[in-house]
Amino acid sequence: MGPVGMHHYLALSAILFFLGVFGVLFRRNLIVIFMSIELMLNAANLTFVTFARYTGNMDGHVIAFFVMALAAAEAGIGLAILVMVFRNRATVQADDLVMMRD
Amino acid sequence: METVLFYIFAVLTVAGGVAMVSLRNPLSGAFALVMSMVGLAALYAMLHAEFVFILQVLVYAGAIMVLVIFTIMLLNLNREELHEVPVSRIRLLVMGAVCAGLAWAAVRVLDQVPQAKVEMVADFGSIEAVGRLMLTDFLYPFEVISLVLLVAIAGVVLLAKRRI
Amino acid sequence: MERYLWIIPFAPLLGAIVNGKLAALYARREKGPPEWVVSLVGCAAPILSFLVAAALFVQMRAAPASERLFTQTLYTWIAAGPVQVDFAFMVDALAMVMVLVVTGVGSIIHVYSVGYMHGDRGYARYFAYLNLFMFSMLTLVMAKNLPLLFVGWEGVGLCSYLLIGFWYRDIANAAAGKKAFIVNRVGDFAFLLGMFLIFVTTQRVGHPTLDVPALRALVGEHPQVFGGIATAACLLLFVGATGKSAQIPLYVWLPDAMAGPTPVSALIHAATMVTAGVYMIARMSFLYDLAPAAMAVVATIGAATAIFAASIGFAQRDIKRVLAYSTVSQLGYMFMAVGVGAYGAGIFHLMTHAFFKACLFLGSGSVIHAMSGEQDMFRMGGLAKTMKVTAATFLIASLAIAGVPPLAGFVSKDEILWMTFSTPLQPPWLPYLLWAVAFVAAGMTAFYVFRAVFLTFYGEDRVSAEAKHHLHESPAMMTVPLVLLAAGSVLAGFLGWPAALRGGNWFHNWLAPVFGGHDAGHGGEHALADVVGPVAASAGGHDATVEYALMALSVAIGLAGIFMAYRLYIKNPALPARITARLGRFYRMVFNKYYVDEIYEHTIVRPGYGLSDKVMFRFVDMGIIEGIVNGLGITARLVGATVRLFQSGVIRTYAFFLLLGFVLIVWRMVR
Repeated sequence: MGPVGMHHYLALSAILFFLGVFGVLFRRNLIVIFMSIELMLNAANLTFVTFARYTGNMDGHVIAFFVMALAAAEAGIGLAILVMVFRNRATVQADDLVMMRD
Repeated sequence: METVLFYIFAVLTVAGGVAMVSLRNPLSGAFALVMSMVGLAALYAMLHAEFVFILQVLVYAGAIMVLVIFTIMLLNLNREELHEVPVSRIRLLVMGAVCAGLAWAAVRVLDQVPQAKVEMVADFGSIEAVGRLMLTDFLYPFEVISLVLLVAIAGVVLLAKRRI
Repeated sequence: MERYLWIIPFAPLLGAIVNGKLAALYARREKGPPEWVVSLVGCAAPILSFLVAAALFVQMRAAPASERLFTQTLYTWIAAGPVQVDFAFMVDALAMVMVLVVTGVGSIIHVYSVGYMHGDRGYARYFAYLNLFMFSMLTLVMAKNLPLLFVGWEGVGLCSYLLIGFWYRDIANAAAGKKAFIVNRVGDFAFLLGMFLIFVTTQRVGHPTLDVPALRALVGEHPQVFGGIATAACLLLFVGATGKSAQIPLYVWLPDAMAGPTPVSALIHAATMVTAGVYMIARMSFLYDLAPAAMAVVATIGAATAIFAASIGFAQRDIKRVLAYSTVSQLGYMFMAVGVGAYGAGIFHLMTHAFFKACLFLGSGSVIHAMSGEQDMFRMGGLAKTMKVTAATFLIASLAIAGVPPLAGFVSKDEILWMTFSTPLQPPWLPYLLWAVAFVAAGMTAFYVFRAVFLTFYGEDRVSAEAKHHLHESPAMMTVPLVLLAAGSVLAGFLGWPAALRGGNWFHNWLAPVFGGHDAGHGGEHALADVVGPVAASAGGHDATVEYALMALSVAIGLAGIFMAYRLYIKNPALPARITARLGRFYRMVFNKYYVDEIYEHTIVRPGYGLSDKVMFRFVDMGIIEGIVNGLGITARLVGATVRLFQSGVIRTYAFFLLLGFVLIVWRMVR
């Protein structure tokens, strides 16, 4: 194992991202789906920061900051919706929510 | 040294991620995710991203995940409600393979990017440096994001109230 | 004077438009527009045309023979590549005759109609249609090119349809009109094919045109080329003529056409429209001269039709039917004439026939009018006592058609018989056969016409009591035209008085330049012996004996026919019934017109309906076309149903497709 380079970090972020994808596709519990999305966001953040480090350009950090802020907003609203759904349907299973079909 | 640390934190992060997507109880999953985020924070530190490191711990692991845990506990799901219709094994394996394949492909693509040894400024990743950037080049997005947060707050309050 | 050519057809057109508008205006009201207005407009138009034509004629007479041609081009109608067709009129000696006949007899019949149609709710509509007919017929006659002729051709067909089915509330009349139009259409199709063939041939010689004078020149320059297609083209055109002029096999519409008002029968189905076929052949004489085979066919069918129709006339009860079959028969004579190359003779008979046939029809109209609509001759009889003028004119016209000298019918029919006999043809026995057929038919003509005369006007009175109440001579408006036409039947013959009887045959000489010396005719000063051969051209000479003999024969058989009719219907009225009983089946066949209509019905009409219903409707329209249209709808629905499967509502499926799309996009970007 040589010195850790950009590629290692990027590989790690790829793995994390697709872990998140897997979670979104395969878990039915809405909360778990939500957390998988957060995992994906984190993976993206890692990518940005890695590139910032290896190009000397701090724009990556700024972007990561914005992503985090947006994730916070999204978390708030998403969880609020989740609570509302649970109140009305008494379920957190994604498969039970088929109101979007014709 | 750096290599060893990298691998320790990398394993920690991935393990947390895997645990999160496989554990049945979402509360357990949430804690696993927290652990993953801590690992990530450490990685940020290794990447000389001090500001982001702090933010990760404070905001992500500290605020967002706490919110999630609050919500989970608020829902107070019992055993039956947590039961998920099991996925067919084959589908699981197939999709797992696909995701692995895609990940591998992504890695291969990313490997194409040439790596150059870069000069970093003295205060790379420090709060002052990032702050300066934000208030000059990224001023407009900075202001907009405050608006976004405002709207989010209003929205959440409106959504969750029992009576408007 | 040429500048006023357009007035001749367009005056009636204007009349038609005015009366048509009036009719439309009054359509919803109880009564039509005031009759005097309609009559004034309706009659003034053809009379004006006649006056202009007469003036034109005077001018034409003053000019030397080679310059008797007036043309006027109104505007360019079609200009599409090689096809250049102008709305152009041409009046030469031949057209002049036709125009005078059409406008002259036409005007007389218009005036007659004022009396005949008085009180009819559709009075204005009638005159509008009649004027429209005049316009179409004059366009046909004065057309300078074949397409314009065809326009007139179709136009008269249309007006015929409109006027036959004039009293459309009775579905039988409407059916008769439909039959006329459809049968005509069959002929028209052949006519078009003939016209196209001619046009294609003109293209082949490098000068595409359908202009008649130009065609005549081209045919003269390239007799080989045109000779090749002449037979086909002439036969096709002739089929069109059989439709329009009611010859075998397309004559079946004419007897049915008697459903229309009697003046219509007189004008359209006796004097003018049905003669269009004869005129057309005379017009295209330069092409027919190149196709002796086609001419032989024309002559043969003409002769066959003449005798065939005459035989049917023997057994009819309806007075108009007798006259209808008589028209078919007389048209056969005209075609026989042009078929042997005696174009002038054919046109001469056309003119004399117009006079006496119109007179006969109008006379029958007068009778029908007086009999309150009765048309069965066996319920008439002895009408001469009350209807003196009608009877007298009818008698005169009958003598004319029977060929009694010196009336017009004798002169023209005799000329045809002589020309048929004396023109050399292939095969050499053909002239004699044709003459024999025509000779017999002449006797039959005399018989059936006088049968009608005796049954209607003389002999025992079989009129029903109630009809007797209204029995009266017709008003002056109707009898004056009768007198005029009867006078024409007497005097018209003198125009073409044969040289053999020391006449100058003015008529023949007038038309000779048009037929370029190819016209066989016993002319006066104008004789072209070298072209036609020694037989036909001389005024005197050794042929005169044969001519006199034939003349005597035809007069004799005419008188014999009259005498036979007298014996059967006046002297011994019980005789006909005994004869028909003896003839039994044969008589019934003749009475039923040889079942020709029934044959057509089963062999053509029923299969036609079957094709239309079973094949075109069921299979093509409902099956294929609807199938395609419905298929489009079904396809849309299927596609929609398939796409709808994606809208499951299951969020995870959506997420999956999101991922898929994302991967694809990144893939494309990275490539």
